[in-house]
Amino acid sequence: MNAVSVFVWRTFRHIRSNLFGLAIDAAVSPVLLLLIFTLLLGGAIAGSVHAYIRHLLPGILVLTVLPMTVYTGTTLCTDIAKGVYDRFRTMPFWQPAAVAGAIIADSFRYLVALPVVLAAGMALGFRPENGLPGAALACLYAALLAFAASWIFAAIGIVVKQPETVSGSSMMIIYPLLFASNVLVDTATMPRWLGRLIELNPVSIAASTVRVLMHGTAGGTDIAAGIGLILLILAVFIPLTFRLYRRRNRNR
Amino acid sequence: MSDAVYASGLRKSFRGQTAVDGLDLKVRKGELVALLGPNGAGKTTTIRLLSTLIEPDGGTALVCGYDVVRSAREVRRRISVTGQFAALDEGLTGLENLILFARLHGQSRREARVTAERLLQTFGLADAASRSVSGYSGGMRRRLDIAVAMITRPELIFLDEPTTGLDPQSRLEVWEAVRSLLREGTAVLLTTQYLEEADRLADRIAVMEQGKIVACGTPRELKDSVGGKTLTVRMAERNIRTQVDRLLYERLGLAARWDDDGLRLAIPVREAAAAAAVIHTLVSNDMLPEHFSLNEPSLDEVLLRLTGPLRKEAAE
Repeated sequence: MNAVSVFVWRTFRHIRSNLFGLAIDAAVSPVLLLLIFTLLLGGAIAGSVHAYIRHLLPGILVLTVLPMTVYTGTTLCTDIAKGVYDRFRTMPFWQPAAVAGAIIADSFRYLVALPVVLAAGMALGFRPENGLPGAALACLYAALLAFAASWIFAAIGIVVKQPETVSGSSMMIIYPLLFASNVLVDTATMPRWLGRLIELNPVSIAASTVRVLMHGTAGGTDIAAGIGLILLILAVFIPLTFRLYRRRNRNR
Repeated sequence: MSDAVYASGLRKSFRGQTAVDGLDLKVRKGELVALLGPNGAGKTTTIRLLSTLIEPDGGTALVCGYDVVRSAREVRRRISVTGQFAALDEGLTGLENLILFARLHGQSRREARVTAERLLQTFGLADAASRSVSGYSGGMRRRLDIAVAMITRPELIFLDEPTTGLDPQSRLEVWEAVRSLLREGTAVLLTTQYLEEADRLADRIAVMEQGKIVACGTPRELKDSVGGKTLTVRMAERNIRTQVDRLLYERLGLAARWDDDGLRLAIPVREAAAAAAVIHTLVSNDMLPEHFSLNEPSLDEVLLRLTGPLRKEAAE
């Protein structure tokens, strides 16, 4: 456990040495997206900015954190490419600490980004109908989702050869999922069969959960699906990622 | 006391390609052994096997008395590895890198800081301590890399091509760093493609080719194994070649190789006494040398003889 805290420290040093990057990821780019979607599309999609942002903002929270989940994967991949990983491997500590510590510390990024984007939304007229506790729960859920997703990209980071591939693969996976979800458009406006399909998208499930927590609209099944999604990802990817990490380079 | 490295019949292949093929190697406590060989000889694979990064297909290897497969954890406690590329965190400063690795070795925050500052001093990096490693020169990275390897005062340190790609000044700095390891009593196994490096640093040199050790010994022994020395003489006057040749052949049974200028000749001799006899014979017969020198074979000749095309010629 001591090793985990060392890796948390290390990751915080990385974040501190690149605060500008954090500002871009956590504030500038999601707020820009939020402004573009609400101001440009709000009127066309939902009739008014105010009506649209009620639907949009919870999804934007998901859209904010998901692209940030690649950091740990990129770090792991860089460690392996640079040989730092080999040095870790010859040291007597609990090896998965390198993965766990980085993922834990990278979660700090989500906790910074979510309140910033929520505040920007409120400045544009968004009101969480469940009040402050609901908004806090919604943010917590989004952060947990990102925490879970970062295990997926950690696994990818261990397998691929170049750090750039990690962010490339995330663009390929995350953006299609984001646009083919209910983040931007309510599925009620779609043909019935398409709406059903879109609702099966994990990003839709997550966005619905955030929306339900935020607005208190009935939806026990949405919340259950949302929590189930996180547990499923964690159950599969924590053991898989640790296993891949331990076995990497055995036969190179 | 067990040896730092004892390997016997070690083998490893990758997808049918044999990288290490029955390797026998011994490194005693506090000794520096250089693994010398061309690219692809299996040097790096040997280091990876001995440092528990990969498991052998066959043979045994004991490092500091512990089996690298069954007691990998015990081995890891006693060794340090620096790979071909400096294994540092580019996003951290020199000081932070040392603290990171010291803490991963189980040191407390305070201990880690003391260790880090001591090592920065030892390896001449104190001025660069708070700069990001991404701005370090090649020599500085290498020195920091070796400093990281010294955090735990290991019994054995592996250096894989520590000076490859460095400029001459940085190379001297790294050599000095390696010598300070030996002063602390650490055994070193280093790989290199440079003869000069092996000759200057190593107690013993193990010449490696195609996954095997083809020769092993002190630089002196290796040079002697290739053959004797060469006596080079420059005569004071021309046109006495025939007389000199006859004299050397009849009195000493030696044959000289002449330069085209008819002044210089080279004679292979077994030892210094034979060279002295040549000079004495010439002088007492009034054939005066203007200058003479006795040359050692270079390690270059050794390596070429043992691994290169010369050996293949000899085999034919």
